[in-house]
Formats: sequence, structure tokens, C-alpha cells
Amino acid sequence: MTGFLWAIAQTFCVVLAAPLMAGWVKWLKCRLQNRKGPPPWQPYRDLLRLSRKHVVLADTASPIFRMAPYIVFSVTILAVSTVPVITVQLPVAALADVIALVGFLALGRFFLSLAGMDVGTAFGGMGSSREVTIASLAEPALLMAFFTLAMNVSSTNLSTVICQLAQRDITLYPSLIFSSMGLILVAIAETGRIPIDNPATHLELTMIHEAIILEYSGRHLALMEWAAMLKLTLFSLLIVNVIVPWGVALTLVPGDLALAALIVTGKLLVWGMILAVSETIQAKMRLFRAPQYLGLAFILSLLGMMSHIILEV
Amino acid sequence: MLIASLSLPEQVVLTLAALILLSSFLLLAQVRLDSLINTFALQGLLIFFATVLMAFIAGKYHLLISAALTLFLKVFFIPGQLRLLIIRLNIRREVEVIGNPSLIMLFAAALVLFSYYVALPIRELSLLSTRNTIAISLAVVLIGMLIVISRRKAVAQVVGFMSMENGLFFAAVVSTYGMPMVVELGIAFDVLVAVILFGVFFFHIRAEIGSLDTDRLNHLTEVEK
Repeated sequence: MTGFLWAIAQTFCVVLAAPLMAGWVKWLKCRLQNRKGPPPWQPYRDLLRLSRKHVVLADTASPIFRMAPYIVFSVTILAVSTVPVITVQLPVAALADVIALVGFLALGRFFLSLAGMDVGTAFGGMGSSREVTIASLAEPALLMAFFTLAMNVSSTNLSTVICQLAQRDITLYPSLIFSSMGLILVAIAETGRIPIDNPATHLELTMIHEAIILEYSGRHLALMEWAAMLKLTLFSLLIVNVIVPWGVALTLVPGDLALAALIVTGKLLVWGMILAVSETIQAKMRLFRAPQYLGLAFILSLLGMMSHIILEV
Repeated sequence: MLIASLSLPEQVVLTLAALILLSSFLLLAQVRLDSLINTFALQGLLIFFATVLMAFIAGKYHLLISAALTLFLKVFFIPGQLRLLIIRLNIRREVEVIGNPSLIMLFAAALVLFSYYVALPIRELSLLSTRNTIAISLAVVLIGMLIVISRRKAVAQVVGFMSMENGLFFAAVVSTYGMPMVVELGIAFDVLVAVILFGVFFFHIRAEIGSLDTDRLNHLTEVEK
């Protein structure tokens, strides 16, 4: 029973901390570009301001348009709850594995694209079509990277994966190197960061995620933006906890948990720095080059799986 | 053999083998000639590191001579010559690929699987700790061949050919600690001569048909119909 309480507390903390993660990356990026930048806690103010405002609905909006923010937000929370953050000893881990996680993300994306097309504006449809195009290329690569992990530890359960990886002797696994690289490339594409999408712009011809949520306002917009920040945090957590699994608590002792919470915060901050630097030194790609980028991610994940089969067993 | 039971240098060799395979895929994906040549030099560098490590793991120090030859030929001399050639022929960017690039990549992945199954019985014969990489070196050879048949321009075909040679050399290093010195020196000399001859050929091909597109060598008449 305490396990479930811990799981709920952990998910709650991640949901609350997600805007801070997004704000941290944004602030670092501004500093790197010699701008002053909004403070890292600015997203909280934005969300608060948006939630106080009235919702303006288009005449053509159907119930799906109104339901979508709640569905997207809650599905993202469900996805977050399956990822081990500070401990692997959680009962929720038995309920969902990585394939379910990819399924949750796909469900959220499905409603996001429906919402984009619902009102019938040109931008929404364009954004939805782009989002789905990129997702259809990113999802196989993501699954392939997860399968490589799963074959390595003989389990698709994220808790088991992290637990086993953390307890192993230090060994150089070519398959894990490749699948981590594939995972990072996919994560950048899925969370709509540079070079696939630019989260900071409303430039009509290049935007993907912003185009979908263009018609939203008020608390709906707040939920959509919060869900996007959660998704960024979710992928960051996946990356830091799978690639660097050391530091995740293997027991439910409070002292270990506190240490693990500190370590995971540090890892997330470092990952945010890496993300900010990579976004500063890169330019956004043309949309038609995205398939090449995701093709590289797929080939990396595939090579990871093949080098597991050929080299490691 | 489980990778966790190997020593760290052996694990590094296996990782280098996987990176060599990745560099083969990168060669296949490059669309510009200068980056193609840089990737080729990178593959040579990876093979150099793998050979040096193998020399120290096995205590066969004659491998260091092969490694030095690799470093000189595959990392500096051949890429340098090719770079000089593309500057003199004034072709920096163009690599024309025949067919759909994604399909070619998938075909290359299938080639890796094929070479895995072909190398399975060979693997049983070897006693070396790095015997698992035989399949990888075979795959590098096959992907080199794929580069040769999927490119139109003669320079890209030469890079594919050299990458096949890389695969053969790597196979010799990881399966039998390298070939006898005489053979190795002979091959190195052959490769050296080949590059110089290819250079001469490029100029001849261009002088004859006005382009490096080898498809046009199939035409029977000089006038387009």
C-alpha cells in the first residue's frame, strides 16, 4: 500500500516539476545566446495566467476539441507514472511496460492531431499532418530502441531494465550505446525541439506543435502546454534513468529515496544543459529532411539490436 | 560468448567493430563527395584503433606494422589523394544515388543479417575472443559492394571499393590476428597503386565522355538519342 502512495507522490512531484524543467532549458538557452531570458519559474506564471483567462471557442468546435486537452494531459500523466523516477520498487511498474508507454504517447498524439483538425483551420490541419508524419517515423525507431534494451535484460518492464542495468558490472555494451543514441534522437523529435521543431517560434511555415494548439485559449491552452512540458520531462527522465541508471534507489528506505531524488534532479539539470547547448549550436532543419534524421535514428536503433545479436551473445 | 565475460580492451574492440559497421552505413547515406571521403577516413581510423588494440590484446606486435600502414594509407594518403582529385576535377558535392535511399539502407540492414547467418558456422571454428566480429567484417565488405553498385559517380564507387578492402583487412585482423606480413605488404602496395591508377582513370573517363557518370559508359553511341 505504501508503494502506491510513493508512486502517486512521485508522479505528482514530476507533474509539478515539469514546468521548471522547460523553464530551465529556456533560461539556459537565453543565457547562451547572450539574452537575459525569463526566470526558470516563468512557465508557472504563464500557466497560472492562462488558467485564469476565459476560454474562447470557435463556432465549429466539436466536443472533441473541448475534451482533447483533458485527455492529452491525463494520458501524459499516465505515461509519466510508468517511468521509474527515484525508485524502481513501485507497484505501478508491474502494470505497464515500455510498449504500454509508447501506446499512451500514441493515444495522446491521436487526440492532439484530432484537436488540430477539428476546428477546420488551415494551420491546425497542417500541424496535425506534420505531427503524424513525424510520429509515424519516430515510433518505429523508439520501439526498436526499447526492444534492444528489452533484449539486453530480457524484460520490457522499465523498472526491471533500470534495476538490472544499475546492478551490473561496468561493461561496454555496443548495443546500449547505439540504442541510447537512437533514443536521444527520437526524444528530440518527439518533444518538438530543434532541429525538428522550434518550441520558441510561432512562424507559420515551420511550426508543428504550435500549429496544432493555435486555436486553444485559456485553461485548455494551459493544459496543452503543460502536457508538452510533461512530455519533455518524461523523455528527459527516460534518457537520464536508462542511459545513466546509477543513483536510482533500489529500495524504499527514505534515506536512499532522498539521495536518489537529489541525484535525479542533478541528472535532469545536466541533461537540460546538454539540450540547451545542442539547441544553440544547431539550426532547425527543413521539414523534408526530418525523414532522413529519423531514418538515422531508426538505423542506429536497428544497429543496436543487430550488434546485440551478433556481438553480445 | 557473453560480452560481460570479456576483458575491457576486448569489449572496446567489439564496440569499435560496431562503430565500423555504423561508419559503413554512414558511407551509404552520404550525399556529398567530400563528406563521403571524410567518413571513409573515419572508418580507416576506427580500423587503426581496433588493430592496435588487437596487437596489444594478443601480444602479436607485428600487427602494429599493419596498423601503421592502415593509418598512413587509409586515413591520410588515400583520402588525401581523393580530396585532391575531387578538387582538380571540380566535383565537390554531387553523389547520385540509384534507387530509393531508404530502401538501400534497409537492404544494407538485410545484408548484415545475411552475413550473420553466413558467418555463424565460421564463428564456431575460431577460438579468438573477437570471433563474433567476423560477421561484421563480412557485412562491411557486402555494404562496400552495395555502395559500388548503388552509386553513379566513379569517385564514390572507388570509395566503396576501398571500404570493401577495409572489411577484408578487418576480417583478417579479428579472425586470425592478421595475414602474413608479405601478403599484407602486397595488399597495401596494391591499394596504393590502385588509387593512383583510379586517379588516372578518372581523368581518362572524363576526357572520353565528359563526365564521371559511369552509366554513360554503357552507351554504344556518343550522341544521345
